Amino acid sequence: MTVLATRRAAAKKYRVGPPASLSVPALVMFGFFAIVPLFIALGLSFTKWNGLGTPEWVGLDNWATVVTDSSIAHSIWLTVGLMVLSWIIQTPISMLLGVFLAGRERYREILAVIYFVPLLLSSAAIAIAWRNLLDPNFGLFSSGAIPFLDQNWLGDPNLAFITVTLIIAWQFIPFHTLLYQGGARQISQSMYEAAALDGAGRVRQFFSITVPQMKYTIVTSSMLMLVGALTYFDVIWILTQGGPGDATRILPLAMYQTGFVANQMGLASAIAVVLAVVGMTLSLTITRLSGFSRMESQAEGE
Amino acid sequence: MFMKGKRTLGLVAATSGLALTLAACGSSGDSDETDSSATAGGGSEASAGSATIWVTAGTDSVLEASIADWNSAGNGELEMQVFENDPYKQKLRTAVSAGEGPAIFSGWGGGGLAEYVNEGAVESLQAALDAEPELRDRIFPAVLSGGTVDGEIYGVPLNGVQPVVFYINQPVLDDAGVAVPTTWDELMAAVPVLQEAGVAPVSIGGASKWPYLMWIAYLTDRVGGPEVFDAVVAGEPDAWMDPAIIEAASMIQDLVEAGGFVDGFSAVDANQGAAEALVYTGKAAMQLQGAWAYSGTYLTAAEDFVTSGDMTWSTFPAVEGGAGDASNVTGNLSSYFSITADSTDEEKATATDWLLHGVMSDDYIDDLMDTGAVPPISGLEDKLAETSAPEWNEFVYSSAEDAGNFQLSWDQALDAVQADALLNNLEKVFLLEITPEEFAANLNEVAQQG
Repeated sequence: MTVLATRRAAAKKYRVGPPASLSVPALVMFGFFAIVPLFIALGLSFTKWNGLGTPEWVGLDNWATVVTDSSIAHSIWLTVGLMVLSWIIQTPISMLLGVFLAGRERYREILAVIYFVPLLLSSAAIAIAWRNLLDPNFGLFSSGAIPFLDQNWLGDPNLAFITVTLIIAWQFIPFHTLLYQGGARQISQSMYEAAALDGAGRVRQFFSITVPQMKYTIVTSSMLMLVGALTYFDVIWILTQGGPGDATRILPLAMYQTGFVANQMGLASAIAVVLAVVGMTLSLTITRLSGFSRMESQAEGE
Repeated sequence: MFMKGKRTLGLVAATSGLALTLAACGSSGDSDETDSSATAGGGSEASAGSATIWVTAGTDSVLEASIADWNSAGNGELEMQVFENDPYKQKLRTAVSAGEGPAIFSGWGGGGLAEYVNEGAVESLQAALDAEPELRDRIFPAVLSGGTVDGEIYGVPLNGVQPVVFYINQPVLDDAGVAVPTTWDELMAAVPVLQEAGVAPVSIGGASKWPYLMWIAYLTDRVGGPEVFDAVVAGEPDAWMDPAIIEAASMIQDLVEAGGFVDGFSAVDANQGAAEALVYTGKAAMQLQGAWAYSGTYLTAAEDFVTSGDMTWSTFPAVEGGAGDASNVTGNLSSYFSITADSTDEEKATATDWLLHGVMSDDYIDDLMDTGAVPPISGLEDKLAETSAPEWNEFVYSSAEDAGNFQLSWDQALDAVQADALLNNLEKVFLLEITPEEFAANLNEVAQQG
């Protein structure tokens, strides 16, 4: 009885952790730099303001524009498209690469170093490098040696979106590969041994052991990808400035152009609020649906 | 102003920027703190005060020399801060809105200046210039009008005048047996001949969007005369629906469809000098670009091409039967210095004194011409003949001085909302995604909302 009580007390103590007061500095910073600006933006979204003078109250005008304006609707669809496409392209590649790189052989480690290079480059450098590589007149493929590749990758409205998506994938796959590598390395070898004894082949092992065991890695990685896709800005801005036409003008770019080029701060704030709310809803939903927040360990025997 | 450079702000930065600008707005109108520090030298000698100057990069060396002379002569204490082009616009807007702007700031005149004037943020220079008419009247009238809002002068030019002209790779034209086109029909006729010769007729940096403006501005002027766009600026109803604008947009589409522009022009980056590179490497025959490209890109990137005489230049072709005079030009008139209304009286006095007697003084003009700029001041023909590139400088000077009408770049002449819509819709015209009628109708809608 006493032993049990002590254990319980110990467990309780452990669960309580450090005092809550330690989180105050972080909360203050977060409140001041994230929550307060968010509410200011919310307030601004009901005004008309060009950045000079005084904001003028216009009620729901900006929100009516957000809902009805066809160019904003186009931006929303592009953003959704970018999220979905990014996930579809990045997840399988990252997962396969991550599992492959989880092995401890020397050649895999050498390959890992090469694969992770994009992770070390800044977004601006990546965008400028790709823009020059894809330049229609002075770029890598402009010689016409490989006719299929000699396209106007960033200047053709039909190609620009997929080109941008692929460049973003190139930039972020190494990061997600790293996540999956870590996830794969935590899976106990004994499970594979048992499966091998039962006669499961490599493919069967992958889908029946590796994938289910990496469930939380998949959730983390997917969440980062989906929410991340809502905030892509720098790479696209440098590559195309949202063009040609509005072919790559996703919501963050639309917000920036509305606010800082057209000086419609009110409308831009409304778009910003939409982005913030969608981002938060998305990450909350994913954590809820996947049971991620319960955080129980998956490792055998613990 | 045509946009140069690029910004790489993230979403977070942009959102918090929105918030910060609002916070800045809350404290507007307070510049009292600066008063106390400047009271010492006050009294009768008002011009010996201090003043800060904010300016975009490009004319720094000339201004530095002028300010050093001014300060050492005991005329006052001037201090200059130089900014990159694009971030500057946002910073200035925030600072002026908060009442913490400089005494003197540079801008591009037109609709941008009008926004500041309408908010009462800028001090009029009319009275000071009227007191010294000889200083006022030597400035090219077209350039002075760029700093004028509602008949009142708010800005004075600080650097060179920059009309948009055709840059030509002469050997490429000669090899194809094509003469420099002087009319639109000649230009259209030259397109297939140049294509046959394996070169692109016209280079353009479409990815940056603003080079498109030069075409619509010139063609609208040539077809319908300057009145057409004046009506747009004046906000007259259905001004965008003018047949001349629709005609100009369809002429652009004719040229695009004929293959007049270089392959992949929509991905050519003007800010990286790629459009100029096409011309000096002989891949394209011509480029329509502002006068800044001469020293800014061609001379720095391909000095041989310029000095050997392979590069020639020409005015925009005339349009047969059009209402606009072939001497009309479009481009950047100049950058302008203005004085903020929030400055103290002493700062204003010092600032006005320097703008009248420091900027565009004889030494200033000489320094400016040494950098390859052509000041918008009359009576400089003799001095220009002695510069390092007299033919070019005289061409630019006479284009600007003899222009029947000097149209400020459209994106500068309009307010920011219309300018943004114009760039987006014009790009779709070049990409053949919308018809000329849709272009006019879309902009008309935006103009009426404003």
